Amino acid sequence: MTDAQIFHDSDLDRAHKAKWFASRLAIYGVLLLWTVICLFPIYWTITTSFKMAPDVMQGNMVPFIDYTPKWLGWRSLGLSPDTISAESTVRAEFLKRFMNSTVVSLSASSLAVILGALAAYGLSRFSYRFGFMRNPDISFFFLSQLILPPVVLALPFLVLYKELALLDTRIGLILLYALTVLPIVIWIMRDQFASIPTELEEAALVDGLSIWGAFLTIILPIALPGMVASFILSLVLTWNEYFFAALLTGSNAVTLPVMVASQTGSQGISWWSMAALSFAAIVPLIVIGVVLERYIIKGMAAGAVK
Amino acid sequence: MSSEGDLLHVVTADDISDRRRAFGKVLIWGSFGFLALVALAQSADRIGWLSLGFATWRPVLFAYVLWAVCLCWAQVVIRGEQGKRVLFVLPAALFVISMVVFPLIFGLGIAFSDWNLSSPTGRQFNGLDNVRQMWRDPFYWNALTNMVWYTAAILVEYAIAFGLALLLNAEIRARKFFRVAFLLPLMLSPVAVSWMIGKSMLEVRFGPLARLARWLGWDNPSFFGSPEIARFMVMAMDAWTFIPFMMIMILAGLQAIPKELHEASRVDGASSWRGFWEVTFPLMLPASITAILIRIIFKLKIADIIINVTSGGPGGATDSVTSFIFREYRDRSNVGYGTLLAMVYLVFIVIAITIFMKLADRWMNPRY
Repeated sequence: MTDAQIFHDSDLDRAHKAKWFASRLAIYGVLLLWTVICLFPIYWTITTSFKMAPDVMQGNMVPFIDYTPKWLGWRSLGLSPDTISAESTVRAEFLKRFMNSTVVSLSASSLAVILGALAAYGLSRFSYRFGFMRNPDISFFFLSQLILPPVVLALPFLVLYKELALLDTRIGLILLYALTVLPIVIWIMRDQFASIPTELEEAALVDGLSIWGAFLTIILPIALPGMVASFILSLVLTWNEYFFAALLTGSNAVTLPVMVASQTGSQGISWWSMAALSFAAIVPLIVIGVVLERYIIKGMAAGAVK
Repeated sequence: MSSEGDLLHVVTADDISDRRRAFGKVLIWGSFGFLALVALAQSADRIGWLSLGFATWRPVLFAYVLWAVCLCWAQVVIRGEQGKRVLFVLPAALFVISMVVFPLIFGLGIAFSDWNLSSPTGRQFNGLDNVRQMWRDPFYWNALTNMVWYTAAILVEYAIAFGLALLLNAEIRARKFFRVAFLLPLMLSPVAVSWMIGKSMLEVRFGPLARLARWLGWDNPSFFGSPEIARFMVMAMDAWTFIPFMMIMILAGLQAIPKELHEASRVDGASSWRGFWEVTFPLMLPASITAILIRIIFKLKIADIIINVTSGGPGGATDSVTSFIFREYRDRSNVGYGTLLAMVYLVFIVIAITIFMKLADRWMNPRY
């Protein structure tokens, strides 16, 4: 009874279907291509850290098929299974840098988020007058810090920090990093607070809370997503910062990017150990990126839609 | 009262006694006097009138912090409820002023002096010598021209980012996977990127991209040999890291466009090509301009990749202003000249950004 089909697709419909199919194919093709472009360097770095010299020369790509992975790169960092229990000066150095980066980026982001959230809240709720500056001027003053290129501040800070004995300290870096991310935090938080209705505070005030009480107990929990977003974004920016760290640190407070950069120049390039080091430096951010992607996107989208 | 424009209307009965007010004044001026005293003593020590044994200027810093805290506290003491509101903005404002405005003024002083940090003579005021030197310095102007090129590359980045955002906004499966994958380059530190791509994947003998280039028929690939290709490579690496940033901003803009508009244009018989140019693109202008503006701001800071991959070579062809000043300081440790170059750069940036914003504003709100 198969011939007795009542409805036939007309040729036009079939053509439409083919066209739809082709467009799907094109879309996924481009998407996959760009995925490869984005992920291949990361893949390359991971695999290279497990390669031996001949594998690098021959350009072997796929582990276990082209070549057998070895712990060579990680051993040189003291992080491979057979060296992890032994003493290792390289690992000690790496961990010190890692700690520096962690402490500096976490504290700088926290400082920036605290200062920025307070300022953004104040600017979104009250009107101020500092001399000739009104609210829009104050906002602009904060946001305009964004266009200040770091190089303008770098050399004066070098001299100032030298005089203040803050050169090569974590505190010095924390203050400077907090300054560089503060405008971004204020931008995101202003957006966040503007979306919270003032009736909430009014109700809280009527119920007898002070203005700071209302802010801390009512508004902050609601604004938490924005705070997380700005915190993560600050964390990414401060973790990756290289320029100030290279200028203002020498030995004690050196952060991971400076360590990575200093390794590229010296002692020729032993690819596997550089790959291991680079990968170790980017792993925390890859994890953050995969797990907290939602917040990062939220943070960056805050300014886009007005 | 200046609280007319407040979104929160709070009526507070503050009756602040005169004694309390006086106490607040004493707080401010007392701590300020202390700061001035410490600063004076320190300067005297520095010049050599007194010998108090200060090794660094830290006491002044601590006195300054004390003054800042007292200033905040006194706001509440003097102005009561009103002062508590000032407390929201005041810490951030003090922080930015002390970290930006003060160093900038200090930097202006440095900019007109010859100061080699390693030389024992210390700072020497040399008037406009630095300006003259800058005027004759071909490498600085070269770096500025490079910045124009780097900034122009943003247009290409924007086109790619827009395309990717459109794709992500289309009806696709595994959208979250693609979004995460596209976002990842942004998370990587430029220094790691410059090793991963610049030093290893673009390595001439056995980097995978060099292999690819050979396979495609470029017999003798050299990515950092000629100025044009080197500059293009730096642009490409920077684009690789920052395209996700623009993509996310544009995607957010795309998602804010109501679906009805697309449906209406389709019902009216517009092809998807025309629908894009006459509906989507115009609606995306504000978001696009914000994205481009922020991208320009970030682009003007480009340095890490250049310092680590090419260190400005070949022959300064890839230098950005920041990397040039960085090397200038590293090689000669002359703070004065570098600061002047940076200051001039800042002036250029402020002018350029102002013009851009004015143009964008006029373009978006045309006055007929």
